Amino acid sequence: MSVLVGTDTRLCVAGITGSEGRFHTLNNRDYGTNVVSGVTPGKGGQDVEGIPVFNTFHAAAEESGANTAMIFVPPPFAADSILEAADAGIETIIAITEGIPAHDELRVYTQIKRNPSLRLIGPNCPGVLSPGKANVGIIPASFFKEGNIGVMSRSGTLTYQIGNELAQKGFGNSSIVGLGGDPIPGTSFIDVLELFENDDQTELIVMSGEIGGDAEELAAEYIAENVTKPVVGYIAGFTAPPGKTMGHAGAIVSGSKGTAAAKAEALEAKGVRVGRTPTQVAEIAVEILGG
Amino acid sequence: MDLLEYQGKQLFARHEIPVPSGIPARTVEEALAAAEKIGYPCVVKAQVKIGGRGKAGGVKVAADATEAREYAEAILGMDIKGFTVHELWIEEASEIEAEYYAAIVFDRSARAALVMLSTQGGMDIEQVSAETPEAIATLHVDPLLGFQPFEARRLAFEAGIDADLIRPIGDFLTRLYETFVAEEALLVEVNPVIITPERKVRALDSKVTLDPNSLYRHEENAKLRDPSDEDPQEQMARDRGLTYVKLDGDIGVLGNGAGLVMSTLDVVAQYGGEPANFLDAGGGSKADAITSAVEVICSNEKVKAVLFNIFGGITRCDEVANGLIEAFATAKPTVPFVVRLDGTNDVEGRKILADANLPGVHTAATMNEAAEKVVALAKGESL
Ligand SMILES: Nc1ncnc2c1ncn2[C@@H]1O[C@H](COP(=O)(O)OP(=O)(O)OP(=O)(O)O)[C@@H](O)[C@H]1O
Ligand SMILES: [Mg+2]
Repeated sequence: MSVLVGTDTRLCVAGITGSEGRFHTLNNRDYGTNVVSGVTPGKGGQDVEGIPVFNTFHAAAEESGANTAMIFVPPPFAADSILEAADAGIETIIAITEGIPAHDELRVYTQIKRNPSLRLIGPNCPGVLSPGKANVGIIPASFFKEGNIGVMSRSGTLTYQIGNELAQKGFGNSSIVGLGGDPIPGTSFIDVLELFENDDQTELIVMSGEIGGDAEELAAEYIAENVTKPVVGYIAGFTAPPGKTMGHAGAIVSGSKGTAAAKAEALEAKGVRVGRTPTQVAEIAVEILGG
Repeated sequence: MDLLEYQGKQLFARHEIPVPSGIPARTVEEALAAAEKIGYPCVVKAQVKIGGRGKAGGVKVAADATEAREYAEAILGMDIKGFTVHELWIEEASEIEAEYYAAIVFDRSARAALVMLSTQGGMDIEQVSAETPEAIATLHVDPLLGFQPFEARRLAFEAGIDADLIRPIGDFLTRLYETFVAEEALLVEVNPVIITPERKVRALDSKVTLDPNSLYRHEENAKLRDPSDEDPQEQMARDRGLTYVKLDGDIGVLGNGAGLVMSTLDVVAQYGGEPANFLDAGGGSKADAITSAVEVICSNEKVKAVLFNIFGGITRCDEVANGLIEAFATAKPTVPFVVRLDGTNDVEGRKILADANLPGVHTAATMNEAAEKVVALAKGESL
């Protein structure tokens, strides 16, 4: 198997008629993803290289049987588009758009969480690739082949870097999940850990984190309690300068949490090995799984 | 985007949060004129985007014109935690019976706004939070429901507010929440909220951070962006759509994607180098973005060598290579470059670079090799 996207994926793309949306949709289709429709309000009835376009997600879901949405619309309209996909009952929503206002993200996140059958990945993420099965998003698929390592990451290009290091050691991937770099990601490390833990294809999990927030610390706790498969960590940002924050509220809420060192320590304290470079992550994977 | 105290107070006033009146001033003369208008005693306050101004001597109560001049002279140009004071806020002095603390922060780990209230506000609030955290009442707000009156009351009771102030403090918090949502803030902090001898509630200070992603729909607030806040290179980068943060070292670093750039900085440091900057050329990384990036990096005189670390996804390595050739033609950098191209169209990209044979440009196959080479070059070693 794989997680989140695969051979069952029936993709509908919001923003399919924009130049970026069109380019990546066709790329995804060329890879083998089953792209069944697109949504652009006012352009219903048109098609993009044979992919039917609908005015609403509701029409797209009904008429094309879409079960996965990819959001490629500009930031001012992205939150609305995600909520529309959710309202139409599309269960997996992958939001690529970067720069969505934080308060929009907060409302969207809260609404999506109210319905346990819905899942939002991103925003501001590169998407999800399950090599050999489906690619939804902008991950350059040609670098990755099918295999037994699940990868999840908060950063796009860093995911490619780590995936590539693993590929050079001969490893492939079950799925590569870009969680996105925004303050309120729809899906967290913990959510994907649960998916990988239950996925037969995945034998080892790589998590690539970065400074800020406490997602890595929470993941460390979760791994200790719930994950039986080996996890290898990576944290970017050891040399990043501490951001200057204005008021006292930040210090009151989070103290000194969130540094790269604190995150690596939290993971190591729970027995997760943390590579200091992307290369080292692959070397640890070799040690655990054999070359 | 952080606001100055008086800008934050102007924002508060729009939402009917009571604030003292005042006048901004950029020179001693302007400060004096403002003080005369406001009357004495008045308060001379440093306007910098950082807290702890009072403790640093940046907030003084002037009893008369002589003192106003003395304080304005002392505070203008003062350095507070690395921020130089270019502007003052001259404000009517308030009579203070008690100093409270109120804040609303965008709490990303709880995925909700966090409202905080304490009766022990003032300049030692961080100490209060460290030593007696229970003295700060806190509550997360449901983003879809909004801040409810009962929540305001609950916070006020939990914070131990006097009975006669439960309602006024509740109203204050409600207005603060309205401000937070309407202006799309990431932080609104008032330290202190004061209680006057007439038992009136007032915001005596403001710390406001706005969400930069929302400024497109807040024209008034977008105008408050102050380019002189930023370092010249950072400004230049932002004008050209690049993300640049200046650091202290001598190795210029460019990459595509924030995570990869952070990782590159770490690897450079592990090989004993010191990065001069963080520069994310972003997703598309078209030729002109590369030219701009080279100009920005090389305009920092400390830079002795530059590392280009590209992993192509949307970014195409052949475009980066062409961009680099253009950059060398226009910006004519004089320091050595190490270029690592991997990913989409990497073979083409490397060939374009090899054919161009640019002066001082070395290539590397991996990120580690690239870091090792650039560190050697920055130390003046030859490869
Ligand atoms: N208008 C005023 N009238 C009287 N006293 C004032 C006035 N403004 C400020 N003060 C006093 O000066 C102190 C410090 O000022 P303020 O809170 O504005 O700056 P700050 O030191 O940067 O704040 P913080 O400690 O929250 O970072 C206040 O706690 C208050 O006691
Ligand atoms: Mg204060």
